Amino acid sequence: MSVEIEFEQGGLATEEMTLNMGPQHPSTHGVLRFIVKADGEVMRKATPDVGYLHRSIEKIAEKVGWHGFMPYTDRVDYVAAMACNQGWAMCAETLGGIEVPRRGEYCRIIAAELSRICSHLLAIGATGMDIGAVTPFTHALREREMINDLIEELCGARLTYNYMRIGGVAWDLPPGFRKKVARYLDHLEPCIHEINDLLSYGKIYTERLGGVAVVSPAMAMSYGLVGPNLRASGLKHDLRKDRPYSVYGDFEFDVPVGHGEMGGVGDCWDRYMMRIWEIFESVKILRQAVDKIPEGPVIAKVARTFKPPAGDVHVRVEAARGDMSWYCVSDGSEYPYRVHVRTGSFAAMSIIEELSKGLMIADLVAVIATFDIVAPEVDR
Amino acid sequence: MDTQAIQRKLEAAFGGVVGPVASGRVESWIEVDPDRIDEVAAMLAGDADTRFECLSNLSGVDYPAHGHIQVVYNLISYTHGHELTLKVNADRDSPEVKTLSGVWAAANWLEREVFDLLGVNFVGHPDLRRILLPDDWVGNPLRKDYVEAPDYHGISTIRESMLRIDLPVKD
Repeated sequence: MSVEIEFEQGGLATEEMTLNMGPQHPSTHGVLRFIVKADGEVMRKATPDVGYLHRSIEKIAEKVGWHGFMPYTDRVDYVAAMACNQGWAMCAETLGGIEVPRRGEYCRIIAAELSRICSHLLAIGATGMDIGAVTPFTHALREREMINDLIEELCGARLTYNYMRIGGVAWDLPPGFRKKVARYLDHLEPCIHEINDLLSYGKIYTERLGGVAVVSPAMAMSYGLVGPNLRASGLKHDLRKDRPYSVYGDFEFDVPVGHGEMGGVGDCWDRYMMRIWEIFESVKILRQAVDKIPEGPVIAKVARTFKPPAGDVHVRVEAARGDMSWYCVSDGSEYPYRVHVRTGSFAAMSIIEELSKGLMIADLVAVIATFDIVAPEVDR
Repeated sequence: MDTQAIQRKLEAAFGGVVGPVASGRVESWIEVDPDRIDEVAAMLAGDADTRFECLSNLSGVDYPAHGHIQVVYNLISYTHGHELTLKVNADRDSPEVKTLSGVWAAANWLEREVFDLLGVNFVGHPDLRRILLPDDWVGNPLRKDYVEAPDYHGISTIRESMLRIDLPVKD
């Protein structure tokens, strides 16, 4: 019997396929793997398999001491390392009762917001590239490169900054840095509009991302989504606004949320646009910070053998991938007793299994990209 | 609501399952029975006065001196803006805690992580397997008495270096 006749008689059966995606795959943003159960082009389920980049950072913390752990925090999320630095510093400072000088806090915020823009630019470019638009990636990285230069002037490193210290920051702003940041911000804003013209509102792009993989607010909260991914679902929660830590209370900025312009609230396009909108907010914060930064020391006096009194602490910072939640226990010795960090990518990764049901295989790439998952941040 | 008020509310509903408010230097917390933590969590998530929508963090800590493994839950409520820390102590030799994956979906992976690295068995978990380490890994590395095996599938875990000189800890 020919296939055509068999098909007409309804006898041609389809069956579920199991596909492997990763660990080495150009769109997986690091090393991660999915086991995809698919019926034709439609996924029944995509199960993430993580752990390829587990570097036992939490175990290392118990061996290297309070000061010594700072460079390791860079490696938790190396795309936006400043916030990890800040989270760790705040853990130690809260436990040790150390007050950071105001200029130190301003330096931290300038560094952290530059790092956030840097991370969001990569996310924007990489999303475009994963969908098939290669050129905007080079535009985004061109702008990111200048932030790398700025941060290199600040601390000598371009990726794993190790800029902050318990009690403040390692170095004061170099001469002329404030002017350079202000000049860069003037240059950046038109570039983001250019990316919008080139990519964000393009017909193919919006069709490809709009209405895909909608995350409802209830689902987002239950899975513990944080940061831009949570706000894309229409929930206006930003730690910098709700519980201002450091000196975030001094600045005026808005908290953008997704409103479903291209389909549903919390779809891939909303998550992508959150990064664009947040860059503008970071620009606002940076403008005020370089303007208002007070004079004074940048670091408090902290003993070289730092021994915070016994106790535990829960610290949250708004990193580029959202609320980074640290739990840290001290037993009064010069080594932390236990450190645990729940990262934004970890939560975003865990939602994919449920979210993938019924999506096309090609959409999985869009989902990973718009959640802005950084694999080492999942595995630590 | 502050921790005291939440504790009174929980005590009225669950009695001795819920301990008094304990305070450390920075944080305060409520200790809960590991066999009833799921019911307590379900009430905290569902009740209109508490409404903890988000499990922010779930960590395991090994305390060999006290003979238990502690699981710490950090909850946050977006509606009311309050936070709460719950702790349960599970016996170190056979740690068993009721799963919260039915209350918050986030607990699924976070509990798998604690199972993987500290060996806590979350009773009722739908998919309790290792998450960060390979499936055939031996032991739980974040336990304080963990000793790393000298090799894994023939790959040595000991790094020999001719530069390594064992110096006394203090001169």
